[in-house]
Amino acid sequence: MTSCIEVRGLTRRFGELTAVDRVEFEVNKGEVFGFLGPNGAGKTTTVRMLTGVIDPTGGTATIQGHDIRRDPLNARAHLGIVPEEANVYLDLSVWRNVMLMAELHGVPRARREEEGERLLKNLGLGDRKGQKARALSKGLRQRLMLCSALVSGPEILFLDEPTSGLDVHSARLIRNIVRDMNREGLTVFLTTHNMAEAEEVCDRVAIINKGRIVAIDTPDQLRDAMKSSQYVQVSFTDGLPPEDELAALAGVKRLSRAGGFRLYSEQPGRVATEVVRLAERRGVDIAEIATCKPSLEDVFLELTGQPIEEDRNE
Amino acid sequence: MSDTVSEGIRTWRRQAHGVYVIAKKNSMLYYLKPPVLIFGVLFPVFFFLTFLMGRPIAADAIVPGMVAMALWFTASAVGPLVTPWERNARTYERLISSPLSLRAILLGDITSGLLFGACLSVVPVVLGLALTDSVITSLPLLICGVVLGALSFATLGVLLASPPASSPSNIMLLSNLVRLPLLFVSGVFLPIAEMPSWAQWISPISPLSYAADLIRTGFGQEPYFPVWVALVALVGFTVVMFLGACFFHRMWRSRGL
Repeated sequence: MTSCIEVRGLTRRFGELTAVDRVEFEVNKGEVFGFLGPNGAGKTTTVRMLTGVIDPTGGTATIQGHDIRRDPLNARAHLGIVPEEANVYLDLSVWRNVMLMAELHGVPRARREEEGERLLKNLGLGDRKGQKARALSKGLRQRLMLCSALVSGPEILFLDEPTSGLDVHSARLIRNIVRDMNREGLTVFLTTHNMAEAEEVCDRVAIINKGRIVAIDTPDQLRDAMKSSQYVQVSFTDGLPPEDELAALAGVKRLSRAGGFRLYSEQPGRVATEVVRLAERRGVDIAEIATCKPSLEDVFLELTGQPIEEDRNE
Repeated sequence: MSDTVSEGIRTWRRQAHGVYVIAKKNSMLYYLKPPVLIFGVLFPVFFFLTFLMGRPIAADAIVPGMVAMALWFTASAVGPLVTPWERNARTYERLISSPLSLRAILLGDITSGLLFGACLSVVPVVLGLALTDSVITSLPLLICGVVLGALSFATLGVLLASPPASSPSNIMLLSNLVRLPLLFVSGVFLPIAEMPSWAQWISPISPLSYAADLIRTGFGQEPYFPVWVALVALVGFTVVMFLGACFFHRMWRSRGL
């Protein structure tokens, strides 16, 4: 598979602090690549280096074969960027915002007007063309940002928390547009804290922690590889077996309460059998029991040792 | 034509178009606003009246100084604030992550300041010609003074915008600290030849001195500097300040600011 982003030893130091430490990964053409990590892990710094906002202090990356340090203009020519915070020009109209980004990318007038009309219509902004961006809600501004990023026909789209804090309708619309564009060949680099979103839309994910990549794979393979995070989910109708007896069952590595009990084990099948036996011995009825693979969130927690926080200030 | 040359020409054309786009964006967002335009027109008029009233000098004698001062304030007024405003609104990141070079972005900022300053300088020129006995004796020198002056003042504005402040008020303070003292040593209020000797020593470090001198020559008054010195100095100031602005913007960027 052809890679359109190749990151080699990318490093960024701020004085004594190494925010991104010799990061290496590749993003394949046409995939949705998720970039996950806790606060301060180096996600935004990595994205800011790849998009030319700040310079790396070591290593480099290529975008569509163009080195971001030696040939930054051609590297950036292939990108569409939707930053975390919708930074539209508030005093420009919706239409002028879109046209400005197209003009900055040198898109010819006829094409940019046609694309602009089409995208604004698809994103539900067709009837707000003449409105100042200041008058738009957060969700509509984010849609405008997406529209501005796509109008130049980029090959790679960088999305930084695109649906964070948006209403359900806007979030779904943005996800659908991105998915449609991806089907048409657009490569998507998605930074998100929303594990459900990452699991739903990403072909592969990279998890970064303390400036270093700790895992890269498909969500399925990451979950499969995380055997210690497999678990048995069980709830009881009446009465409960003593918690310490559940925790002491053969094969149980740890136990947590989450909609009943969650018993983590590398052998969930065997633990499920033990739970049934224990319930019989104690005379309690099982309401529900299931063996589960870890979610992407579990994998994230396991690898980073940190909770996923909503505050994304790195 | 080799591929390298044609690629170079394409890149140059793209960047030149980018300069135009940035200048257009700045005009729409920052310059063509009623308060800015009104300020640009009223400012020279009030300055003119302030200087004229109660002073025992011929009105036509102060017209070149008024034109130079109006040019100084209009061409360098908004430029220092554009980058801090954009940093504050986080739109600056959109510009530097676009396929435009830093030079093209800064040249776009300079172009908008140049056009604004040069166009609005027509107002004091027309007022001076209409209300006083002044006459233009050398239109080319007047145009050179206005255009090169606006260019160097706009470049100064961009240089002043380079510190990584997201608060425009900090840059405004810096801008006034630089621009106001230079105004007083540049022969705008008083011809340089009549200024105290310490001021005559300092005046050559101000681009306004040369622009005011060229404008004064255009209105038929005696120049202080030879014309060629004024022309070379304005071009030199522009080049040095532009390279300085590029250097500082790159330096802050490499530091992640």
